[in-house]
Amino acid sequence: MATQHSRTAARLMISPAVILLLLWMIVPLSMTLYFSFLRYNLLMPGMETWAGFDNYYYFLTDPAFFSALSNTIILVVGVLLITVIGGVALALLLDQPFWGQGVVRVLVIAPFFVMPTVSALVWKNMFMNPVNGMFAHIAKALGLQPFDFLSHAPLASIILIVAWQWLPFATLILLTALQSLDREQQEAAEMDGASVFARFIYLTVPHLTRAVTVVVLIQTIFLLGVFAEILVTTNGGPGTASTNITYLVYAQSLLNYDVGGGSAGGIVAVILANIVAIFLMRMIGKNLDA
Amino acid sequence: MGKITLRNVTKKFGDVAVIPALNLDIENGEFVVFVGPSGCGKSTLLRLIAGLEDTTDGSILIDGADATDTPPAKRGLAMVFQSYALYPHMSVRKNISFPLKMAGVDPAEATRKVDNAAKVLNLTSYLDRKPGQLSGGQRQRVAIGRAIVREPKAFLFDEPLSNLDAALRVNMRLEITELHQTLKTTMIYVTHDQVEAMTMADKIVVLNAGRIEQVGSPLTLYRNPANVFVAGFIGSPKMNLITGPEAEKRGATTIGIRPEHIDLSTTAGEWQGEVGVSEHLGSDTFLHVHVPGMPTLTVRAGGEYGVHHGDRIFLTPQADKMHRFGADGKAM
Repeated sequence: MATQHSRTAARLMISPAVILLLLWMIVPLSMTLYFSFLRYNLLMPGMETWAGFDNYYYFLTDPAFFSALSNTIILVVGVLLITVIGGVALALLLDQPFWGQGVVRVLVIAPFFVMPTVSALVWKNMFMNPVNGMFAHIAKALGLQPFDFLSHAPLASIILIVAWQWLPFATLILLTALQSLDREQQEAAEMDGASVFARFIYLTVPHLTRAVTVVVLIQTIFLLGVFAEILVTTNGGPGTASTNITYLVYAQSLLNYDVGGGSAGGIVAVILANIVAIFLMRMIGKNLDA
Repeated sequence: MGKITLRNVTKKFGDVAVIPALNLDIENGEFVVFVGPSGCGKSTLLRLIAGLEDTTDGSILIDGADATDTPPAKRGLAMVFQSYALYPHMSVRKNISFPLKMAGVDPAEATRKVDNAAKVLNLTSYLDRKPGQLSGGQRQRVAIGRAIVREPKAFLFDEPLSNLDAALRVNMRLEITELHQTLKTTMIYVTHDQVEAMTMADKIVVLNAGRIEQVGSPLTLYRNPANVFVAGFIGSPKMNLITGPEAEKRGATTIGIRPEHIDLSTTAGEWQGEVGVSEHLGSDTFLHVHVPGMPTLTVRAGGEYGVHHGDRIFLTPQADKMHRFGADGKAM
């Protein structure tokens, strides 16, 4: 009933929710924006002075910023590559009929339910630890020198941990997409003389593009903000080898007590995330249309 | 060439024999229609011939060579699916040329073949569109085009018209029949619609529960149904099947008389009944007549026939057109 009256009533009734959400978003954002222009150090509370763009200048010219930027990009791209390729492979496997399919599917999804902090700690202490870790034991059993993952390949290790967490998500989405692939199309292709490989390239891959798009979009949003895994494993180190933008903002505001600098970093992160979002939406909007 | 022979072909899913041992010869150039109610195994039989299902027992010969274990692509058969099974992300041209690409045909040659097929099927102006932008009939033609370019030994159609509306179905029926007359290739066509079977086939195979009930030309099946099942299945409206004293009087368990073989009169006749529903089609009038001691009889009156609900009417079956069936359901 789209009468003028009912429309007004509807607007009135959704307004509390809308206003609450707006406040929820606008207040922290504007406070961050305000802090980013202050010289605001937690060691000297009550001594805030206007700093202009100084915070931005120092944050953006900090050498740690560039390594954090490249680390963020490597982390996101690395995890996306592993989860998409691994997800397609796993989905193809899980789509085959085999005994115990139901149980295996549940097990595959399980890592997604493990909290990031917990899984990172498990990886750090039980797998990657150079003395007691399983990888170290395996290396020793083979007569090799144990490899200290977190100090010699910190970023790669974090990529591995994060990818392990997100692989189930990608697998799940891709598996459902795979199951919606028309059987008759596959049979038609089989009769047309397409080999298993050709059917994968010409039928499965185009069919999966939409699901891959969704996976990339959702994962990018979350992967830009990876934090817990870094905090409990490497603390961004050694040096800045595994510091991403999120972690740099944390370090700036809470380890260096520089709230102003941290806020400026936060605003930079928001802007960067929006740039990424615009490109993604452009790219993906096309894919989702068809 | 396209002679297909089935020798004791059997298909079981687990313990259920969907098709008990079955023998059938399909001659080169024939238009064969498999017809039967849903679940009778006609699609399974087609898929066995296509190679999409493995036979449990027996052998399939194509042009005399055993093809039982040959993969589908190597059998030289082309199939048109019920859902058309077009590749949604490819243009019409790419869809049609896909089998050629898979066979490694030279691109120039492929283009020529696709253009020829498109001309035959009136698809020339749609070649750059995607299947999603085509109507049902056009998609159907693309699916047929994809089959034609392969120049197969035989075409297999799996209920290709069931997703089309009635008017289009009649059109496509004609087009497929015409295509068969042009190409003179063996065609095997599966349908549950006996009208399609009657109008298109050189030879109809009536299937029921995986068994062949009768094989023959459409008119043979119409004139001499081998059993009650075929009698009831072929012909529209359905043949009236009568059991009880009226059948015993004629020395049979069941008698069958087609709606068009009953004479009507308002004054005198063998059976007396009351008109129930009358369906006026203009060219014909179908009357559903309630006769005491018999099931509701369908009677066809030519042209417009002015009777109404509740009118009394007399029916006389034409004795020479009556079919008699024994206790085993077979024709006597």
